[in-house]
Amino acid sequence: MRSVIALPFLWLIVFFLLPFALVLAIALGTNAPDSAPPVTLGLSLANFQLLFSDDLYLAAWLSSLRIAAVSTLGCLLLGYPMAYAIARAAPERRPLLLMLVVLPFWTSFLIRIYAWMGLLSQNGILNQFLRWTGLVDQPGTILGTEWAVHIGIVYAYLPFMVLPLYATLEKLDGGLLEAAADLGAKPIAAFFTITLPLSLPGVVAGCLLVFIPAVGEFVIPDLLGGTSTLMIGKVLWDEFFTNGDWPLASAVAICLLVLLVGPIALFQRQQAKSLERAQ
Amino acid sequence: MIGRTRFAFTVLCFGYAFLYLPIALVIVYSFNASRLVTVWAGFSLHWWEALFHNEAMLAAAWLSLRVALASATLAALLGLAAGYVLARIPRFFGRALFGSLVIAPMVMPEVVMGISMLLLFVGAERFLGGPGRGFLSIVISHTTFSLAFVAIVVQARLADFDRSLEEAAMDLGAGPWTTFRTITLPLIAPALVSGWLLAFTLSLDDLIMTQFVAGADTQTLPMKVYSSVRLGVDPQINVLATIIVGVAATALVISGRLARRR
Repeated sequence: MRSVIALPFLWLIVFFLLPFALVLAIALGTNAPDSAPPVTLGLSLANFQLLFSDDLYLAAWLSSLRIAAVSTLGCLLLGYPMAYAIARAAPERRPLLLMLVVLPFWTSFLIRIYAWMGLLSQNGILNQFLRWTGLVDQPGTILGTEWAVHIGIVYAYLPFMVLPLYATLEKLDGGLLEAAADLGAKPIAAFFTITLPLSLPGVVAGCLLVFIPAVGEFVIPDLLGGTSTLMIGKVLWDEFFTNGDWPLASAVAICLLVLLVGPIALFQRQQAKSLERAQ
Repeated sequence: MIGRTRFAFTVLCFGYAFLYLPIALVIVYSFNASRLVTVWAGFSLHWWEALFHNEAMLAAAWLSLRVALASATLAALLGLAAGYVLARIPRFFGRALFGSLVIAPMVMPEVVMGISMLLLFVGAERFLGGPGRGFLSIVISHTTFSLAFVAIVVQARLADFDRSLEEAAMDLGAGPWTTFRTITLPLIAPALVSGWLLAFTLSLDDLIMTQFVAGADTQTLPMKVYSSVRLGVDPQINVLATIIVGVAATALVISGRLARRR
């Protein structure tokens, strides 16, 4: 029994917890481009000072948060009606409808983002379509703007929003809505006083599942965004791979973690609560 | 009532169109004769042929498959243990830490996990002389990240089912191991299989962590796809996408059938 606990515990301590201690240690070091690995260990806060004094980094934090928040909202606005419609569909149809939401997730993330590159480019299908309908005559570019990043995030993370929402909406007691209707509540009023409050745990879980990874997203802003799209995941990547500045990249990672500690703790608490309820 | 049904229908049509139109277009253009992914120039299998002669791409795919097999299997074993502990052992030293450690990789930004893993392997190379960067380091990082998903699925399944079956076996004199093997394991087998499949898919698809921990001469499929996609659209990637979507759809249909039979 001991080894059943010890094996995964040790694995996670060595391969998950210990690496974070290393990130912190390296973040306090300084860049040494000529040695391998390119780090001189030390106890300097210079990297963090740079992050807080340079406007570029501050702008990257803020725009990461903004892009993630707006995309999460977009996901919710599209995902909620979908989850609701699936939960209200005939019971024998629900598994198929749900599977259709999840299927894209089982294909490649990278390729789903790639799909939008062709769609959104200047001569892309979306622009051709818009010109054909006559809505616009000058093709604008969406690829390379923040709009493209929003579309990419909503597209990639929609299943993470729909699944927890569906899980709470499916359990909703239809009798409550009938009672509300019998007592004279209009469907809209019933939705805002009964359905929405009862599905709140699903809303919170779905939003966190989209928001947290979206803040640190790299692939989507890199492939769909332009040079002006600043996101912190991209900053970290560039510091590491382009500039080879390991300590600064580590400091960015620490700051990203600090930024996300709140949402992650909230998610963990909710996860633990829902498991308790299940048991 | 009719109004509401129509609303649901419209929502679902729009939602599924949003999800599937981009994928459908990628598939259609894999049969395009032109190099441009925006202009249709007639049906051709040219890019299919090109992909199957693309040695670098095939080698990367083979490496990715081996990594995914190894890491999914490791993650299934460790995730089974972790999920069992979370569902069945309510008290031990460090239980709260254990719970957080299992869930945290699910929501950790991948760039952060990537850089931390890389530093671990660089440190290990420096002070322990191994294991270097390549196949093994990729498998270890994929396992760490996907064992959380297996653990959650296993735990949910264990929390669902009737514990009296396990208790009955114990009362009849079966030891913990026999009880686990004859009662618990068969009951959670479906969860374990779907956990394994999830871990396999996550590994096959991972770019960011892999890019950090792969050595200079190791290239997995997503790394190869990424480096080619960065330069713009490439019809060979459309072909690859078509194959991946085909495999995923087939696997889901089969698993759906199996689940219904059960």
